[in-house]
Amino acid sequence: MIFTNLRRHRVRTAIGAVGIALGVATMLSVVGILGGAVKMFERILRNDSEMVVFERNVSDLFFSNVPIGLVDELKSKKFVKDAQPVLFTIISAPDRPVVTCFGISPNDGRLKKSEWLAGNISGFREDENGVVLGERAADFLNAKLGENIELGQYQYTVAGIVRMENGFENGGVFMPLATCQKAFHKEGVCSVVTVALADNHEASEVKNWIQANHSGITALENEEFSNSYSQFRIMKITAWVVGGCAFLLGGLSVTNTMILSVFGRIKELAIARVCGFSRGQISRMIFGESLLISAIGIIAGWVLSKGVLILLRAIPQLQGYIEPSIGLKELFGASILAMLTALIGALYPAWYAAKLNPAAALRFE
Amino acid sequence: MSALVKVGDVWKSFDQGRVEVLRGVGLNVAEGEIIALCGTSGCGKSTLLNCISGLEEVDSGDVSVSGYDVVNESTRVDLLRHHIGYIFQFHHLMQDLTLAENCYVPVIAVGGSKRDARERMEELAASTGISHRLNQRVRELSGGERQRGALVRSLMNDPKLLLCDEPTGALDEENREKVFDLLLDLVRKRGRTLILATHDPELASRCDRTLRMRDGRIERELVGK
Repeated sequence: MIFTNLRRHRVRTAIGAVGIALGVATMLSVVGILGGAVKMFERILRNDSEMVVFERNVSDLFFSNVPIGLVDELKSKKFVKDAQPVLFTIISAPDRPVVTCFGISPNDGRLKKSEWLAGNISGFREDENGVVLGERAADFLNAKLGENIELGQYQYTVAGIVRMENGFENGGVFMPLATCQKAFHKEGVCSVVTVALADNHEASEVKNWIQANHSGITALENEEFSNSYSQFRIMKITAWVVGGCAFLLGGLSVTNTMILSVFGRIKELAIARVCGFSRGQISRMIFGESLLISAIGIIAGWVLSKGVLILLRAIPQLQGYIEPSIGLKELFGASILAMLTALIGALYPAWYAAKLNPAAALRFE
Repeated sequence: MSALVKVGDVWKSFDQGRVEVLRGVGLNVAEGEIIALCGTSGCGKSTLLNCISGLEEVDSGDVSVSGYDVVNESTRVDLLRHHIGYIFQFHHLMQDLTLAENCYVPVIAVGGSKRDARERMEELAASTGISHRLNQRVRELSGGERQRGALVRSLMNDPKLLLCDEPTGALDEENREKVFDLLLDLVRKRGRTLILATHDPELASRCDRTLRMRDGRIERELVGK
């Protein structure tokens, strides 16, 4: 009966399913885009490390100041395999007001691992004004190897161009740490120190040492950092709130569809009762129809969100920035929400249909 | 013969008691009997049928069918599933389903399988002469075919009692006769009980008994031919 009823009212079914599909697609797209952005940012921080060390109680890593001496202190510890400073800044260029700038040491793994399109790592030296550009940054700055470019108040020489998988890095500028500190008046500090642990050592050793010796600094494991960093949390919450609002609209669409469906076939429901359907069977039928509409919507929404993300990824300006990651967790979460929405949306129509007095319904032709 | 239907001093009103429709109706119908309820519109025929089937709750009085008191929802559902078939003036079939799909509705209600019900449906359809129309959508059928379809649907779960509310009221004269003949034939051959509400004295005269209703009461009883 459930399949038959939906087949009979195709347009109504389609409208309900589209409502849910848009809700699912919006949620998965937003969660996918923001989740991807969070993951990209996490990867910038990780850089072959297990821990992030930064200033305690800062709302944004751009405001974090970690004394640069801490890098050598950490390196000297037996529980640390490597420690790398990174200074995050924003710099402006002609026609490009915002360019992400990474102040790093020449030993930082990210430049060594990347694909060099022009120049090589030897051109990137401490305390010199040679900068390495990500491929997209070179593109929008229209810069070539060996040319001078204007960044902020200073001129820099392009020492290399690299292709990075990460969109933030591929659209960014890599500056020697000391040069970066000078340019931004951040001498003696960096934003974070990424820490790779020595074999057979625990993160707690780093944490304990930092706690005992540097009260203004905190050390977190990458996973802990991702879960606690306020910017990531805001992005994740935003994604779910926007998605939730989309679902609310989808739920209203299902409610509307099911109300129309029930009111449009009151006589049929009455006849079903005359034929022996119990109130429970009638309400289960309405809930079943709603859930089936929702299931169709989930599949359509998932396909739609995949399509949206593929399209976004294909836009050159967004390449590298949109790294959609719709995992099973997100799909499962969206599906559960869609099902719940469908059930809640069917509550009133199911109650109304079950309470229907068949004799009265048949009397009013 | 034992009474299949017992109605004792049934009162029923609508609009919070302002409109009294049944006023102390009493009635016993034996198994296999064919009864006609006659009377003008508004005399309470349809309401009495609804009270017998449990579609309407009575204000006071007793109704029992097949020994079950029609007192609560589960009894009513059970009666409508297994003991009572209902036919209305209008066929009330679902227009955009096939006749066969409509006939399966009572089977679905009892959780039966379509495969098992198929044979029964084909036999009933053959008896009513609509075998060739089973796979047609209802909207493609004539009025007479639709009402015969409704007759098949009402008998799908082999009920002991058939309640018919003006079953030929919406048909032309030719179809009226055909459908009524079929109805009587099916009921008599299967030894089923029929309570028929009708305006038509000619149809009523072909039943075993005719109960004339007036102002919510059974005014008099006529024994048919």
